[in-house]
Amino acid sequence: MVIDHPLLGLRDAAEFVYLGDAALLERPDATAADAETRFYEYQYLRDNPAGVHQELWFHEQGDHSWLVVTRNTLTHEILCVELARDVVLARRAGA
Amino acid sequence: MGYYSALRVLREGLTGNRGWKPLWREPDPKAAYDVIVIGGGGHGLSTAYYLAGTFGLTRVAVLEKGWLGSGNIGRNTTIIRSNYLLPGNEPFYELSMKLWEGLEQELNYNAMVSQRGIINLYHSDTQRDAYARRGNAIRLAGADAILLDQEGVRAQYPQLDFDNARFPIKGGLWQPRAGTARHDAVAWGYARGADARGVDIIQNCEVTGFLFEDGVCRGVDTRRGSIRADKVAVCVAGSSSRVMAQAGIRLPLESHVLQAFVSEGLKPLIPGVITFGMGHFYISQSDKGGLVFGGDIDGYNTYAQRGNLPTIEDVCEGGMALMPMIGRARLLRMWGGVMDMTMDGSPIIDKTPVPGLYFNGGWCYGGFKATPASGFCFAHLLARDEPHPVAAAYRLDRFRTGALIDEKGAGAQPNLH
Repeated sequence: MVIDHPLLGLRDAAEFVYLGDAALLERPDATAADAETRFYEYQYLRDNPAGVHQELWFHEQGDHSWLVVTRNTLTHEILCVELARDVVLARRAGA
Repeated sequence: MGYYSALRVLREGLTGNRGWKPLWREPDPKAAYDVIVIGGGGHGLSTAYYLAGTFGLTRVAVLEKGWLGSGNIGRNTTIIRSNYLLPGNEPFYELSMKLWEGLEQELNYNAMVSQRGIINLYHSDTQRDAYARRGNAIRLAGADAILLDQEGVRAQYPQLDFDNARFPIKGGLWQPRAGTARHDAVAWGYARGADARGVDIIQNCEVTGFLFEDGVCRGVDTRRGSIRADKVAVCVAGSSSRVMAQAGIRLPLESHVLQAFVSEGLKPLIPGVITFGMGHFYISQSDKGGLVFGGDIDGYNTYAQRGNLPTIEDVCEGGMALMPMIGRARLLRMWGGVMDMTMDGSPIIDKTPVPGLYFNGGWCYGGFKATPASGFCFAHLLARDEPHPVAAAYRLDRFRTGALIDEKGAGAQPNLH
């Protein structure tokens, strides 16, 4: 796979480390009443979809940026690549 | 069905081989069963076999989306072993090993179980100490393990690169009772045995949903209509999340691809199974002469039964470091299978929060060796509603309670197990 890095252009996926579902960006509120359940779900449960999946890739052998890659898990087609920072800032602005 | 024996082969040979019959029927689904097993792979078929054979339930159906044995039972590297460290794992895999040892006689079917031994190589003093500890744990659980020094390994595998500058081979942990089995024959043998005991094996019958009444699972919807059942058992490996999502259950796992490789046929070279200790690489030689080998999963979520080139390069580097002569062999075939990787690297055999719905999955890339015990323990759970003692730790709720079985100590990161 080749990942179209927003800053660096086309990069071999082998340069990256894969973390998992981009839902990991949504860390639960540790002070919530049901924090224990929410952290269990955050840490362990996954949607694991067959199809479009948003996921976190770390450019370890590159610029050390975190990316949110939207990829089809059935075909390996990469649909969208964004800086995780931009994704989080956009969500905060929208919230 | 007809009993298989040397005498039968002789008789059929003399009478034009006209007496051989299909190994299983192709029945239409009935309206209701005691137990429906979803998934006609190794684990589903062995579950059905033990349900009917050992636990006496005869109204059992296996529903398979494609054809029988078309998933990971036909896509693995055929290794059987019971050399785990942790108390939650080792007795289970040792039960599986014991079932393998009697499997062909039990099924009256040649599964080509070959106890040719496995050696996990170590390359440093610290790794030797860790292997000594694991060997002791294995022996405490009643299985077999022998710690070999370099000469001990050399006696079996003189061709390895013992003096590799980066990863010299110092010795290995040997389990003589481990080995290989003919993967497809395992599925066919269990299917034949289950069918003979009255199990309906229904192929090309995809499950499209579950039937719920008052929060209780009462059957399934399929492409061939609704089928009712007292209990529904899910055994669908890489598709676990997709099937269980239809019941509204999120699982602690991700689907990943594991690639495997076979070289051209070579003369006898590797008598047993060897694993490299400084990278993930394992290799054996099939009876046809092909070197069968593999390594790590690719490491990203996928449902495609194919992987990418960087992992292939990584696997081949492991092979070259272990035995440089492998570089002269040509690759004949390669393929991928979808693994249900759990958050602690260990499987799940348990009831679910939905009454009547049972789950068996999360086998990561180690499901083949577990086929007999997985089916036996799942059948035990289904028949008696209590876990078999050796599978009692494989709970679905262990991620919530913290009772993880993390053999590798990698944490909640499925691609590292």
